[in-house]
Amino acid sequence: MQDPLIIGGVTLSSRLFIGTGKYSRNTLIPEVIARSGSQVITVALRRVDPQSNDNIISHIPEHMTLLPNTSGARTAEEAVRIARLARAAGLGNWVKIEVINDQKYLLPDNMETIRATEILAAEGFVVLPYMSPDLSAALRLKAAGAAAVMPLGAPIGSNRGLKTRELVRILIAEVDLPVIVDAGIGRPSEAAEAMEMGAAAVLLNTAIATARDPLGMAEAFREAVSAGRRAYLAGLGPVEEGASASSPLTGFLG
Amino acid sequence: MSFYDTLARLTQLPFDGLLKQYTSADVRRAVQAEQLDEEALLALLSPAAEPYLEEMAQKAQRLTRSHFGHVMQLFTPMYLADFCVNHCTYCSFSSIYDFPRKKLTIEEVRKEAEIIAATGLRHLLILTGESRKESPAAYVKECAEVLREYFASVSIEVNPLSTAEYKELVQAGVDGLTLYQEVYHQDTYSKLHVKGPKRVYRNRLDAPERGCQAGFRSVNIGALLGMYDWRQEAFMTAVHARYLQDKYPDCEIGLSIPRFRPYLGQFNPESDVTDRALVQIILAYRLFLPRAGISLSTREAPALRDQLVHLGITKMSAGVSTEVGGHTMEGGTPQFEISDNRSVQEITDMLYQKGLQPVFKDWDILV
Ligand code: SF4
Repeated sequence: MQDPLIIGGVTLSSRLFIGTGKYSRNTLIPEVIARSGSQVITVALRRVDPQSNDNIISHIPEHMTLLPNTSGARTAEEAVRIARLARAAGLGNWVKIEVINDQKYLLPDNMETIRATEILAAEGFVVLPYMSPDLSAALRLKAAGAAAVMPLGAPIGSNRGLKTRELVRILIAEVDLPVIVDAGIGRPSEAAEAMEMGAAAVLLNTAIATARDPLGMAEAFREAVSAGRRAYLAGLGPVEEGASASSPLTGFLG
Repeated sequence: MSFYDTLARLTQLPFDGLLKQYTSADVRRAVQAEQLDEEALLALLSPAAEPYLEEMAQKAQRLTRSHFGHVMQLFTPMYLADFCVNHCTYCSFSSIYDFPRKKLTIEEVRKEAEIIAATGLRHLLILTGESRKESPAAYVKECAEVLREYFASVSIEVNPLSTAEYKELVQAGVDGLTLYQEVYHQDTYSKLHVKGPKRVYRNRLDAPERGCQAGFRSVNIGALLGMYDWRQEAFMTAVHARYLQDKYPDCEIGLSIPRFRPYLGQFNPESDVTDRALVQIILAYRLFLPRAGISLSTREAPALRDQLVHLGITKMSAGVSTEVGGHTMEGGTPQFEISDNRSVQEITDMLYQKGLQPVFKDWDILV
């Protein structure tokens, strides 16, 4: 099935993006990549230490598209600075903007995110902003030059699933950009659901990293994302409230 | 409004009666609650919670792994100076003890930094005693500027400063502030702090808040456990943390759980904090503040530290010396005795063996 996702000029055949932040050892990462089939991997610049002999980047195979994120940033300015550092460090020109002010729930600050997106898109970055699913904010992100929008399904690390279902549905319907559901997805069935709804991709970290068997879970997500995508493309049948009678009661009226 | 007002309200609570009054049902409810209020926190710290440590631990571990993953951030302290004008009855640096005091020169700071940085550690906590003459904010700032060349993040643990002084340090690239109230119970505080500016309770109590206002990325607080009834002290600490978290959402509030340790003098603490009690405190902190960092120092013994890594701890110190210049020179006086002398490499190996990844760098100074 040819169904590529194109972002920032890069053609992707996998719609599962993964994270690197929560594994018990970095050496798991190459295998998680292989089993998940993922082609995009996000890495927090704050964790990258070029001087270390266990630098996280050295565990990521060449073919992957790196998506450095600005986690830790509390303002647009900090996010911009982190993005520039990442590019200067040779991590490419993709960036996931993460601006979080609220240390209690870790919900993103959409306004600062829009500001950072404007600045970085103008500098030629492929900007993927992490956001609270809000339609006006998503439209502003598009106007600011975002290459996709990444609404949360539930707060980071909560594994609660697609709590923002209705809002994400609206973004998918109204925003002419790939919508990538990021954060909150805890089960393959939830990833499949996001894909069935028409999400362009999903990004996961906790669900795989904290599973008893991360490799098995990586594979489960690979299948779920691809099943959900196929279902979306195949067009789900309409949902009926009641059972539809096979022999209609008013058929005799012709 | 400052935390002092909240504290004044809490102090009125009839703790003894309250702590005894909680039942298993209260504890169960608290363990299962999604958002814990002060009442639930107190229930978790009460004697009624003791049979429920395992249930609390299960939840604490789930919360910790889901928010922080299978990682443990490592850091180490660096003692810059041991001059002190205070007499705190539990500390070897107290002004009443006579030993050759020391303060690192910038060159010595560099040497220490090189040795520590060579172990791979990227997060550093710098400490001094309290002496506005020997180790004023300007000296701390000068040292921090040099240390930034070697470390991705530099935090301070020094005497309380003014908001303006904190701001200057933030501008110089200091990321974090650690400041322990030592004792929340005010009468006990007065008794333990016999002489010096540290006697001004409120100046210390409000300092973490000044740090939040000055723009530190992280502010870490704690009570020195053992100086007064631990249940009440842990309660006050956690409520203080929640107060700061609510009021300064952009600052990362962390908790430390230092237990009283042997030092030069003879003072013996009032309240014995057993290992079980320490575990109960950590678990109550985690359940009450699911996303707060919890730090564990080398005051605790290796065997216990190895177990606590699964119960809610997110940061550990490693390769520690509590002497000024302890990494490059001999003959200093330690502030207190540490219990875990393992090297950074040994801690790293232990963590991997426990299924945890040591993280040496978790932030870059952005100034
Ligand atoms: S605890 Fe601090 S202020 Fe008190 S004596 Fe020790 S170094 Fe001085």
